[in-house]
Amino acid sequence: MSDAAVAAPSGGQPPVSSIAEAVIRIAGNSQDGIQAIGGFLARLAGRSEQEVMTFMTIPSTISGGPSIFQVRIGSGEVLSAGDDADMLLAFYDHSYTSHINSLKKGGIVLYDSDHLKPEAIPAENLAKYRHVGVPISSLTVEAIGGTGRDKGKNVFALGLLAKMFDLNVPKLHRLLQERFTGKDPKIAETAVNAFNYGYNYNLATAPELFRFKPGENVGQSQVVMSGNEALAYGLIAAGVRFGAGYPITPWSDIMELLRRELPKYGGQFQQCEDEIASVSMAIGASWGGRVAVTGSSGPGISLKTEAIGWAVMAEMPLVVVDVQRGGPSTGMPTNVEQSDLNIAVYGGHGDSPRVVIAPATVEDCFYTAIEAVNIARKFSTPVIILTDQGIASRIEAFPEPNLEKVVQDISPDFTAVTDHKPYDLAAPGGVTRHIAPGTRVASGKYPVVTGLEHDELGHPTGSPKLHVAMTAKRRNKLKALAAEIPTPEIYGPSEGKVLLVSWGSAKGPVQEAVKQARAAGLAVSGLHIKHISPLPNGLEKAFEGFSKVFVVELNDEGLVGIGQLGALLRARYPNTRFEGVNKSDGLTWKVREILDRIRPATA
Amino acid sequence: MSDMPLPFAVVPRGANTNTAPVAPLTDADRKPLTKKDVSADHPTWCPGCGDFSVLALYFKLIEKRRMHHEKITTVAGIGCSSRFPYFVQAHGAHFIHGRALPFASGVALSRPDLHVFVFGGDGDAFSIGGNHFTHTARKNVKLTYVVMDNNVYGLTKNQTSPTSPVGFKSKTDVWGAKDRPINPIKQAIFAGATFVARTTSTNPNHLLAMMEQAMDHDGFGFIQVLSECVEFYPGAFDNSTPRKGGVFAEVPKEHDVTDEYAAYRLGEELSPGKFGVFYKVQRPTKNANEAAIIADYQSKVAGLPPWQILKKSFDRMK
Repeated sequence: MSDAAVAAPSGGQPPVSSIAEAVIRIAGNSQDGIQAIGGFLARLAGRSEQEVMTFMTIPSTISGGPSIFQVRIGSGEVLSAGDDADMLLAFYDHSYTSHINSLKKGGIVLYDSDHLKPEAIPAENLAKYRHVGVPISSLTVEAIGGTGRDKGKNVFALGLLAKMFDLNVPKLHRLLQERFTGKDPKIAETAVNAFNYGYNYNLATAPELFRFKPGENVGQSQVVMSGNEALAYGLIAAGVRFGAGYPITPWSDIMELLRRELPKYGGQFQQCEDEIASVSMAIGASWGGRVAVTGSSGPGISLKTEAIGWAVMAEMPLVVVDVQRGGPSTGMPTNVEQSDLNIAVYGGHGDSPRVVIAPATVEDCFYTAIEAVNIARKFSTPVIILTDQGIASRIEAFPEPNLEKVVQDISPDFTAVTDHKPYDLAAPGGVTRHIAPGTRVASGKYPVVTGLEHDELGHPTGSPKLHVAMTAKRRNKLKALAAEIPTPEIYGPSEGKVLLVSWGSAKGPVQEAVKQARAAGLAVSGLHIKHISPLPNGLEKAFEGFSKVFVVELNDEGLVGIGQLGALLRARYPNTRFEGVNKSDGLTWKVREILDRIRPATA
Repeated sequence: MSDMPLPFAVVPRGANTNTAPVAPLTDADRKPLTKKDVSADHPTWCPGCGDFSVLALYFKLIEKRRMHHEKITTVAGIGCSSRFPYFVQAHGAHFIHGRALPFASGVALSRPDLHVFVFGGDGDAFSIGGNHFTHTARKNVKLTYVVMDNNVYGLTKNQTSPTSPVGFKSKTDVWGAKDRPINPIKQAIFAGATFVARTTSTNPNHLLAMMEQAMDHDGFGFIQVLSECVEFYPGAFDNSTPRKGGVFAEVPKEHDVTDEYAAYRLGEELSPGKFGVFYKVQRPTKNANEAAIIADYQSKVAGLPPWQILKKSFDRMK
């Protein structure tokens, strides 16, 4: 909350500062509805033409446990969820003790004095942070009655925040009403009452109040959603009408959304008996003529690998979503990690090249889904979308896509053909496409799709020559794809001391690290790689301009001594010296963590 | 509104490589497809294998029912019998071991205009694919599943299969199999299959009749076909083969095929057992249930192009 311009205090009220951005962390238990407050703040920011990014943790157990929601709202570009909070809203003792260290020095902590007694606050904290105690629990009971119902507490606290940050009350009223409409109208009324009670609470004891500068995205219609929602809607926009999956965190909400949305478009999503059935069913539907989707998280992807290998061999288009979480095995289901790159790129037996792309932001999830579908169809190949728990669950505002233009028609074509070779070796670039059952072949020679090594019509062969030729075909068509992938642009100058390479959700924190480093006079640039397999051409030129190239990823350096993308880059570009910046604490990058790790190299 | 450029544009419809369009055939142009029209590779099966007869009767069925060539859809997993699609000159898929049913379900559910035939063996169906058998049956996906049961693993050369009888000597049970075999008929009824029949490769007329009835059944149709492996389990089904001195006993005429418990009791005997339709009921298919959900949801957005339906969703996220 830099850039503060203090307005003159009036009538005993605290002074009001004008701010460009704020990081607010809300800490409580998972059943307190703190995700809902965060969601309201994010949506409000979207409607107020501001940028927003959220970060949340939820326990993997169902009934409660500590949980946080962090929201960063800015009038300018927001690249990460923010290292430190400007304000902490703490509902309990444990929320206070666990998260007080995430607050900036001089930051404000707003706490529920029904749970945390002022006398229990350590003296050194009183000196370091500004404390505002409000009896949130008892005032919520006073406002809406009942017996200390946890339910209204979040909305009361939202009212307090609205006052604190001078948020747009009519817009928040509308959001509350939208959220609770459809249920008992009394519930919406109660919510608005709880909000108003919090908003009208006398915050005279607060040291400072704030007002956001107007957003920069003026006139832009923004949508606000999570990465998983954006990915699911992207698949619908791409024309996908069939999917199959099995419940697993954090993939499940993509499946739930597709299950309830696809019927509107004449499509369907099947919940299967297991992960293998899901991928098999999706492949079957793809063969039916229209590329289908399956997805999962780590353990489920392991189970799907054999069938994905079949899709590589049979050259069947397919989209596989992997929402990465902490691994290996059951690992850390509600934490973030980028440790499935190896299984995405190499998972499965035999030489089975496939396409892997990784979205970097919520908006990118939407467009990546469309790109994945188009690559799968164009090159008749499985495409793995490697997203992660961090993007999956966070909420961002982004410009509303031009849907009339973006939404595609990929309905199958069963027009009869004269003749067809599903694996024609003479096809340019090795790129062939299938005809679906129902398509008449006038020659009477019909194709078989298969996992056995095959001839051009799909019939089995043990010929060494054909295995060589078909292996080359499967490799070459992805090389043809690589030639079409745009070479990523360097973020910052193309020459300098340090280049930070990122993939997936590390993009934002890395770019913010580059910005901060450059502001401090350091020669640091960034390079974000979205297409993991195949890699785009021309990267070697980008690496040449820097003395050190660091690959920043949320995974372990392993036995090779570098992360998973790092190892891939070392193999592909043996003349560049790559070093890894890795961590595996299950949390997204803090900008400071990246800067600390590269500091020796920038000197 | 964002006009973000996409690096890969959508491939236009009909952009299949190496194909040229041809005029459609009218029904009057079509002749019944003969064995010559629909046979492809020469089967890899051993001389005398029961599977030859299943293939021959599939051809017969295609001819008799005047199937349109392009609509014949044959799916299989892995095993001797699962080589089936290569021997049929029609659209076919040879998938991975044990997963033919979910693959075929993906085809059947997304393509209601096709009738999918799935062929496989006892290992594919009841061992590695056992879970899929149960769930495809209970969901009542509309397709026909023909299991050529030889009571042994043939392709991998003589290991105990889930239907090998106790005492059967294989390379993995040199002292004779100890585990209780699966009873495919009871398994199918218990799982919720809506058409359950048993036949044998040695009785062509019966086999064809069962395939026809399964094809006409609106739901998951399961046929167990006893199909002898002459290499690793010769004589396995002699006791139900009249020319080998056995008794081919049909399901009694008075059996009520809608009586689940009667069917279960009738299926109790594994060998030689009865032949015919054990169980047949009408229950809404998965296909019909999904179609009803789609019709209901589409009526709410009647006439809107997809982008406008999506726009409505996005409007709620502002």
